[in-house]
Formats: sequence, structure tokens, C-alpha cells
Amino acid sequence: MRLSVQEAAFDAGAELNAFSASVAGAGAVVSFTGLVRDSDGSLQAMEIEHYPGMTQAAIADIAAQAQTRWSLTDVLVIHRYGRLEPGALIMMVATASRHRIAAFEAAAFLMDYLKSRAPFWKKEIGRDGATWVAAKDEDEAALERW
Amino acid sequence: MEVLYFAWLRERIGLPRERVETTAPTVMALIEELKAREDRYALAFSDLKSLRVALDQKLSSLDAPLAGVREVAFFPPMTGG
Repeated sequence: MRLSVQEAAFDAGAELNAFSASVAGAGAVVSFTGLVRDSDGSLQAMEIEHYPGMTQAAIADIAAQAQTRWSLTDVLVIHRYGRLEPGALIMMVATASRHRIAAFEAAAFLMDYLKSRAPFWKKEIGRDGATWVAAKDEDEAALERW
Repeated sequence: MEVLYFAWLRERIGLPRERVETTAPTVMALIEELKAREDRYALAFSDLKSLRVALDQKLSSLDAPLAGVREVAFFPPMTGG
């Protein structure tokens, strides 16, 4: 299981290929990649703050919960912090399992929990100033389906 | 204990962390102590619905006891992913 909290950019394709090559016995790999979205063309950058010390442990706890609930061959989580340009990759998860359902469900579970239970905070830097991204009620509600 | 602030709480209070001498029995009691200090604290803690807390780097609740806790972190709802 590789769980990385990093400032540096990563190559999602290379990560996915390496992950897929390492999961002996798996028949399915599902991955998700999150990008810095620029909804109306005014975003200059996104700054992601995190809680060093807690972040890694929170992600490890979420990944361990996924492994308890589904039979997974392996899990990959990469999440960046710092200043990111529009379109840049923020994070990725990948899950591997013998059959596809477990990998799909576990990837969705990981995303729902990383969104509202891992200590990251996003700030959008636009032409007219900076605003903290507010958590959405539906993100909290998404946890209830698990 | 060490008290840490993140995101807009850090900005409103104006510092990322500080050492606080307190005998507050619960998180809520600590918040009341901090709010009584200065306006910037009162402003930062004015909306408890948008406040989350971690005790020794584990998510907790505002009514949790502080006995034995070394690090308290206050922050808004998380926006990862």
C-alpha cells in the first residue's frame, strides 16, 4: 500500500502502470484522478493546506477501513499540497481487487472519505482575491451511503 | 498544550499555533477561554457549526474532555480530494 502526501507533481499514468504491474492476482484496477478545476476561467491557482502529522495517519486509517470492507489486493493514494496551477493533478487513488465491483466501490469510498475526513483545505486564488473552498453538504451526506 | 489553527481560522487568529496554559476540562471550555481573550478569537470561533477539532491528531468533538491531551487543532470542515 503506497500512501503519499507530497508537494511535488506526479505522473498519473506512470503511477497507474506501476500499480497495475505490482498487483499480482488482481483482475481489476480502478483509478480516480482529481484536477484543479477552473470553472469560469478566472482561477489563477489553488493553494492546498494540510495538517502535517495528522494527514498521513488519517489517510492510512481511511485506506485501512477500505481494506476491511472490501477484499482488495492493494491501494494507492497520492495527495498533493501547496500551490497548484489550474488543470494540475491534485490527487489520485487506485484500487486493485480480484473482481471489478470491489475495486469500483472501494475507490468511491476512498474518495468520499478523503474529501471530508482527511485534513486538507483548498483556497482558490482568483483575479479578484482569494477564497477558501467551502465544504458541501452533499460531501458530508455522501458518507452516509457507506 | 499546543493549539493549532488551519485555513481561515489560522488567518482570522493570525497565527498557525501557540502554546496555551489552560485547565479547561473540555474543548468547548477551551473555546470559551479563547473567545474571551480578544475579538479575533471571538470572530474565528463565532460559527461553531463550521468548526472541527482534532485532539492529538485524531478527529474529535467539541464536548470531548481535554484531560491528557497535548495537541488541539481547530479547523473548518475539510476539503480534500
